[in-house]
Parts: sequence; structure tokens; C-alpha cells
Amino acid sequence: MAFQIAKRLLRSRATNEFFTTTRNPSVGLFSSIDRNYSSSSNLIRATLFPGDGIGPEIAESVKQIFTAAEVPIEWEEHFVGTEVDPRTQSFVTWESLESVRRNKVGLKGPMATPIGKGHRSLNLTLRKELNLYANVRPCYSLPGYKTRYDDVNLVTIRENTEGEYSGLEHQVVRGVVESLKIITRQASLRVAEYAFYYAKTHGRERVSAVHKANIMQKTDGLFLKCCREVAEKYPEIKYEEVVIDNCCMMLVKNPSLFDVLVMPNLYGDIISDLCAGLIGGLGLTPSLNIGEGGIALAEAVHGSAPDIAGKNLANPTALLLSAVSMLHHLDLNEKADKIQDAVLKTIAEGEYRTGDLGGTSTTTEFTKAIIDHL
Amino acid sequence: MAQRTSPILKKLLSGTPSHLRSCLRSITYMPRPGYHAAKPVNPITGDGIPRSVTLIPGDGIGPLVTGAVEQVIKAMKAPVIFEKFDVHGNMNKIPDEVMDSIKRNKVCLKGGLITPVGGGVNSLNVMLRKELDLFVSLVNCFNLPGLPTRHDKVDIVVIRENTEGEYSGLEHEVVPGVVESLKVITKFCSERIAQYAFEYAHLNNRKTVTAVHKANIMKLADGLFLESCREIAKKYPKIKYNEIIVDNCCMQLVSKPEQFDVMVTPNLYGNLVANTAAGIAGGTGVMPGGNVGIEYAIFEQGASAGNVGKPKMVEKRKANPVALLLSSAMMLRHLELPEFADRLENAVKRVIYEGKYRTKDLGGSSTTQEVTDAVISALK
Repeated sequence: MAFQIAKRLLRSRATNEFFTTTRNPSVGLFSSIDRNYSSSSNLIRATLFPGDGIGPEIAESVKQIFTAAEVPIEWEEHFVGTEVDPRTQSFVTWESLESVRRNKVGLKGPMATPIGKGHRSLNLTLRKELNLYANVRPCYSLPGYKTRYDDVNLVTIRENTEGEYSGLEHQVVRGVVESLKIITRQASLRVAEYAFYYAKTHGRERVSAVHKANIMQKTDGLFLKCCREVAEKYPEIKYEEVVIDNCCMMLVKNPSLFDVLVMPNLYGDIISDLCAGLIGGLGLTPSLNIGEGGIALAEAVHGSAPDIAGKNLANPTALLLSAVSMLHHLDLNEKADKIQDAVLKTIAEGEYRTGDLGGTSTTTEFTKAIIDHL
Repeated sequence: MAQRTSPILKKLLSGTPSHLRSCLRSITYMPRPGYHAAKPVNPITGDGIPRSVTLIPGDGIGPLVTGAVEQVIKAMKAPVIFEKFDVHGNMNKIPDEVMDSIKRNKVCLKGGLITPVGGGVNSLNVMLRKELDLFVSLVNCFNLPGLPTRHDKVDIVVIRENTEGEYSGLEHEVVPGVVESLKVITKFCSERIAQYAFEYAHLNNRKTVTAVHKANIMKLADGLFLESCREIAKKYPKIKYNEIIVDNCCMQLVSKPEQFDVMVTPNLYGNLVANTAAGIAGGTGVMPGGNVGIEYAIFEQGASAGNVGKPKMVEKRKANPVALLLSSAMMLRHLELPEFADRLENAVKRVIYEGKYRTKDLGGSSTTQEVTDAVISALK
């Protein structure tokens, strides 16, 4: 595992140097570094949404670790409002959204959508307003935390805007309901481009497109066509196509067969949660949402756990690893790897583990242990 | 069991129109492997009158594994005659003679048919199911003793709606670059699949039925499915009913599969859940299953992944016949020949337990023929 991390580090460093010296135009599309912030003397502003429940505690933990690691990030905190903002039709205020659009990077804790009518769900608001089209989840087995699967090292990239989740349903006659699944060329190309770009910058060797084109010939067929077009532009990355039922079966039998997976919305939802289950659940899985114009919003996908809120028992690993993937996106690879190694080492040693990993430490003890390992 | 079958058989024979419930019990009910019925008087097949079953070898590894089944059935001297027909995945439709044969025999055993990816041909598997109205796809995923897997205590039956949902095949291009696909859910189909699932659970002493859905996003479509399941659940108060969202379900399947018993799902989720469950319990090479309708039943390898196999496997003749053998045991039970079914199952299980003859996907290196011979010699 450590050897693999070292390999990735060397490869990404090599490609990083290549990019900064030749000003590859696609870099500007996907990363936020075209504002010349890669030197550590400038502080990068990032929006932070602590969220609800355990959100503020784990956000505090992230802030402490980042300060200890001297990461050049200045946090701009925004909280979810208590009343519906008419400009956004939800509890997220217009200022928060503008802040993310300006800073182009953000970190989001777990948010509980209040039940009621007249407003959109918070996640939906963020996704639509910021045009977050790709959801990236790197899944790798945490050394030292034993699950039934030890050799997982894959990344799932899921198209996040269309597909089966368009929400376009209607009742034809009583007892018959239709739901539309929409696949467009533009969205499929976008996510395929990002998938191959990600694979290249992170030193991944293979990209697999997951589909069901033998049954849904036109829709998934279009998705596959777009993936193939993009694959031709990256001849050094191997490209393959896997039918989804085959993919599910191979994932549970032998997850090391896969590297980067790119998929439409529904399959992506299921497969990314399946992969999260392989490595130990949503409490440990990082996630990064990519939007148009190089916006990146890292988030913790677990719930807000109101029952342990405020008790200093929460596990900040998911938010930490998401913040690490945000740093990778910002090309602060050294800091990212330093923090990631510290987190993995702390979990591997097993002395300081929070309750959900089977230990008895508090959030603050866990944070302190990670800072010591930096 | 015996008390239930005789009045139903009498009703069938007397020619009265049977309502849905008794139809399900007598013709389409598939008991759980290992359940031994007391030997009923069998006026349908009679003693010694062989039943005729349509056999479709299919593509890829299909002919290999159906050949294995033929050998084993002959060795057992079971009263089954196979009518073999050649169907390949690249045909436009199923030939009429095959359809007539299936309609006559009412039972069919089939290998996999290749569906060309992205091509203009509709999947023949799907066409067959739609035409014969086989609305249930049943896969029984369980741990085979002696076969090491990462998960224990797996015993899941996935009952998947087989005719509508995402696989309606209704797609069109709105403008160049934008394609729509319709997912259709109807109350009628959801109700009958829920009815089958609860009836199956009831007849096989299963405790829980779980409905798998994504109704938080697809509120109307999966909402209708859930409503139908809830209505039917009220009629079976002894069986516990719960609901789970499909992504949570997959996560739970890989971490705690023992919590699931019978799962009822719409079409697409059923495909994924069945293949995942088959994968955790030992692989799709060993899970039996079949497609069942009101009048007809087609038995094939349970979960659909890999049922055609790779060309290399066909060359080296190393396909795994266990899935189709266990499916043919299910078929024998369906034909009301439970002793033959039990003998076949015990033989297969003994071969797997001993572990000497296992094909590549189970960790061994035997060929199909070696496994078949081992099963034949284990038949007592």
C-alpha cells in the first residue's frame, strides 16, 4: 500500500512538472491553478460549509490539521441559513454560492435537509447552481482497518447531472408511470474528458466505462461513443468497457481488477456506494464534486449523525480525506500526501481510533495523533 | 405439502379456471433447494411417462454446459426427454418452431444467448421473456458448503421483475446528441411480482421480504412499485416486510449479507443486486435460477453475468456446469420429480464439498467434462 502511494506520488509529480512547464490548455479547464497560486506565499481562499450535526466538530479538526501542516489555505466559513433564501429557493444563501464560485474550491460537511416543502434539497441546490457534473470517489483500502477486501484501489467517476435522475416522471394513465432517462452527448463528453484527465494526472493506467448498452442500446450506446472518442485522445491510457452486471460481480469477487471507473448517473450511484461498502462504509470515503470552470467541492458523504453531535466522538476521516483530494485538485500534492500519510498511519497503528472504527478515542485525541504524525 | 398439492391438482384436472393463487402454487412454484416433498400421486406425469422439455444450448459455453446436463439426466434415468433446438444470439427473432415447442412443453432449459453490444438487434433473452410473459426472474444465492468465500451465511433469493422497468427498450433520439429512454412501471406488473415474492416466501418458510427501490429520487415510478409491495404485504402478516434504497442495499450486501432473505426488485436493480449477491456467495457460475411465468418456466444459469463466457473458456472446455445443474434440479422439482432433484443436488454439493473437481472460477482447474463425470459418479 505504501509502495503504491509512493508510485502514485512519483508519477503525479512527474506529470505535474510537465504541466507547469508547458501550460497545457486542458489544465485551465479542470484545475483552479490558472490563477498562479501554486507558490506557497499566496493564500488560497476556500469556502467551508461545516454543515450540521457532527459537521462543525470535524470541520474544526480539518482546520487544525491544515494549520499544523502549514497548508496555504484561508477558510471562508459559511453556514446554512435558517430560512429560505428567495434567490436560491433553499436554505443555502446566495452569498455562499457566490463565495464558492469566486474561490473555485470548497469543502462541505454533512448537511441535513430539513423536511418541508417550498425549498429544494440542499445538495440539489448546490449541484444545480454550481453545475457540478462529476462526482469522484477514490476508494482505497485503509491499511490497518480490516475489511473483507484488502486490495481495493479504484476511483469511481460518476456523471452527476442527467441520466436516470432527471426527475422527469409522469403518470400516463392510472397505474402506469413513466420515468425518462436522458443521456446527452455534451454531458457524457464532459465527464469522459474529466475521467481521462484525472487518470492522467493521478498516474492511473486504465479507465473502464460501465454501461448496459446491450439492452439500452441508444442511451448507453451514446455514452460509450463519447467515451471512445475521448479515449482516442489519450492513447497511453488503456480503455475498456464493462457491462454493469459483470462489473458488480467482478467488484465483489476481485476489486483489484479495476482502476478508474466512469459511469452514468444511476450506475454510478450504486457502484460508488458498493465500493464505499468494500472499504468500510461511508464514514471513511472521500468524495469530490467537479463543476464547470474548474470548481471543486469536496464533501463528506456520510450523514450528520445528530445522535453523537457535540459529544466529541465523531470520526473526521471522511472529511479529511475529502480535503486531501481537494488539495490534489489544487496541485498541492506534497501537502496532500503528507496529510494522507499521517491519517493512514494513525489508523494503521490502531492506538487512536474513534468509535466507529472500533476504538475509544475522541475526535480531539484522533486529531492530535494525526498532527503528531505529520 | 402433500395436503396442498392434491386439491390443486384435482382442480386443474377438472378444468375449472384457476385463479392466480392456485396457478402460482401448482405450476410456477419453485421450492427451495433441499426441500423434500412427500411423494405425491402424480397424475400429470404418471409413473414412467417421460416429460418432454425444450432445450436451447445457446452460444458460447451454453452447448458445453447443457451437454453436461444432458449427460447427468441420462445417467440418473430421469423421465425427461429433451427437444433440442439451435438458437443463436444474432438471430432476429426466436424461430417459430422453438416457440411452439416451448408452448407445448411449458418447460425449457437454456444456455446463454449473446446480445451484441450496441448493435441494432434486440436481446433475444429479453424478447423470449416478454413473449412468454415470464415476469419473474428468480436467483437463489447461497453459500455452498466447502467453497470458501469472503462472506458466510449467505442465503438470498432475489426475485426480479422481468418484463418492464428500465428494459422496456423504448428509446429514441430527441435531437442529435440527446437520447431518451423510457422506464415504465405499471401497477399490474408490480402487484404480480410482489404477489409472487410473498407467495414464494410463504411456501418456502422464508421470514423477510425486502423491497429494493430508489424512491427518494424516482418518486412516482419506484413509489408505485413500493405502494404495490406494501399492499400485498398487508395480506401476509406473518412475513416481515421492509424497504431499502438500492445504493444502501449494495453497501449492506458487501458488508452484512446475512440480513437479507427474499428481495423483490424492479428490473434493473434486480439485475445488479442478483449479480452482486451471486458474486459474494461464490460467483455466477454456481447460482441456480430461472424465469417463471403463469404458464411457462425457463430455467437457466441464475445471474446473467458471464453466462455466455469467454471464447478461451469455450476452447479449453472449462466452463462451470454447476449453475445449470442446480437449475435443472429446480426444473425437476418444478416437473414434480423431487427425488431426482434431490439426488442431483446432493451429488453436485458433494462434488463441490470434496473440492477435487472444480473449474477455474471456483479456484480449481478441471474441465467441464471432469466435473460432469464426478457428479455422475456421485449419484447414488
